[in-house]
Amino acid sequence: MAKYLLLKHYRGAPAPVNDVPMDQWTPEEISAHVQYMNDFAARLEKTGEFVGGQALAPEGAWVRYDGEGRPPVTDGPFAETKDLIAGWMVIDVDSYERAVELAGELSAAPGAGGKPIHEWLEVRPFLAAQPTITECPHR
Amino acid sequence: MNEALLRSLTPSVLAILVRRGADFAAAEDAVQDALVEAVRVWPADPPRDAKGWLVTVAWRKFLDATRADTARRRREDLVEEEPAPGPVPAADDTLQLYFLCAHPSLTPSSAVALTLRAVGGLTTRQIAQAYLVPEATMAQRISRAKRTVSGVRFDQPGDVATVLRVLYLVFNEGYSGDVDLAAEAIRLTRQLAAAIDHPEVAGLLALMLLHHARRAARTAPDGSLVPLAEQDRGRWDTGSIAEGVEILQAALARDRLGEFQAQAAIAALHADAPTAEETDWVQIVEWYDELTRLTDSPVVRLNRAVAVGEADGPRAGLAALAALDASLPRHTAVAAYLHERDGDLATAARLYAEAAQKAPTLAERDHLTRQAARLNTRRCR
Repeated sequence: MAKYLLLKHYRGAPAPVNDVPMDQWTPEEISAHVQYMNDFAARLEKTGEFVGGQALAPEGAWVRYDGEGRPPVTDGPFAETKDLIAGWMVIDVDSYERAVELAGELSAAPGAGGKPIHEWLEVRPFLAAQPTITECPHR
Repeated sequence: MNEALLRSLTPSVLAILVRRGADFAAAEDAVQDALVEAVRVWPADPPRDAKGWLVTVAWRKFLDATRADTARRRREDLVEEEPAPGPVPAADDTLQLYFLCAHPSLTPSSAVALTLRAVGGLTTRQIAQAYLVPEATMAQRISRAKRTVSGVRFDQPGDVATVLRVLYLVFNEGYSGDVDLAAEAIRLTRQLAAAIDHPEVAGLLALMLLHHARRAARTAPDGSLVPLAEQDRGRWDTGSIAEGVEILQAALARDRLGEFQAQAAIAALHADAPTAEETDWVQIVEWYDELTRLTDSPVVRLNRAVAVGEADGPRAGLAALAALDASLPRHTAVAAYLHERDGDLATAARLYAEAAQKAPTLAERDHLTRQAARLNTRRCR
């Protein structure tokens, strides 16, 4: 019973094994890829492990506070930003091992030639709620 | 309307339906429907016999659902005749339900969800809110769990230890959602203690009561953690402590020690100390030794190192810690604390900051960051 964020990157992740940009796939290969992702999410709903997921547009803006009474400043996107998130999925699972197992399955989504992409996905644990029994006497 | 009363009747009503021949999954759905109807109807028209009302309505819901389901037509013969309400051995049946919902074939999260619904009478939505997952996900988790145990015979004896682990998980989930899971775990453990005479059930109940008693003092108004030594002991719930201690003493007197009794004994020693300085750390170390014998858990050894640090001084604590795997959760936090006690503030500050990076919860991370900041500020002056 722990939540994990599975992150898919447009860039910033190590190169996948089947490293062909999506615009060079056939339309059928793209459909198969999308179908795989949808089926994966549907399967997790059935196992009671799905919390949420969304794809993100590649382009975004940076925003910051600019002082009292002034509108926020927007800037970017910055070309030097190495890390670019493509999408996220949140799962609620019994163990870290299960989170890794599921990320492995998601990474097997087919790409060019119908072969798995072997894409690197980032698995990040959520900070949990404070347990009632911390067991540690100094806390 | 008394929702607690309504929910306390859930397991026995469910058990009656199962005894009458309804399969567990369908019976459980029917009881949920009956609970929803009770919430709707009772405020205006409360029944004289709450349980009888629930049994009648749940049985009718079960019949309706079974009739509507053509695939289940074969069962019609069985359910057409409504049996007269027979004698109700409630305690035994309730116990069987606990066993079923904590069945070893279930994953921990499924067992927790099923227990909260079938024994606790919570709705799927309430359980989903408590665990911060979508309702559809929780509904799937529960129906999968029901399918998993569908082949288990209802009267099969179960293992109390598996039930206790599930209740412990519910209690430990804390107070994050709308539903007070800690209070619900206490209610369910109390109900279990009434159904079975077992020292470890009593031990777990005592442990929960003793920890629950400190609840108000554990967090500052801004939500930050207040360590045990700094808690305002005047805000501890003395009624809950007295009850926990009494239950624990009766359990210990039976001389069948288990891990929950030992954990409760440690909690009781903390509860018993008028000030942090008066804590009987020597006895606490002895209880940790018992716990180590009972569980051989690395987490217990880590907590024991802290207790040794209090009983015999920080150097002794650090020596005990040195024997443990440094990758253990909270190992770095304990090392930071013991180094601070030993007067090595630079090392302590560095380790607190390192521990904050590894903290599994937000409150702990903030707490450890504050500890590092406190030492860094003091050292700079």
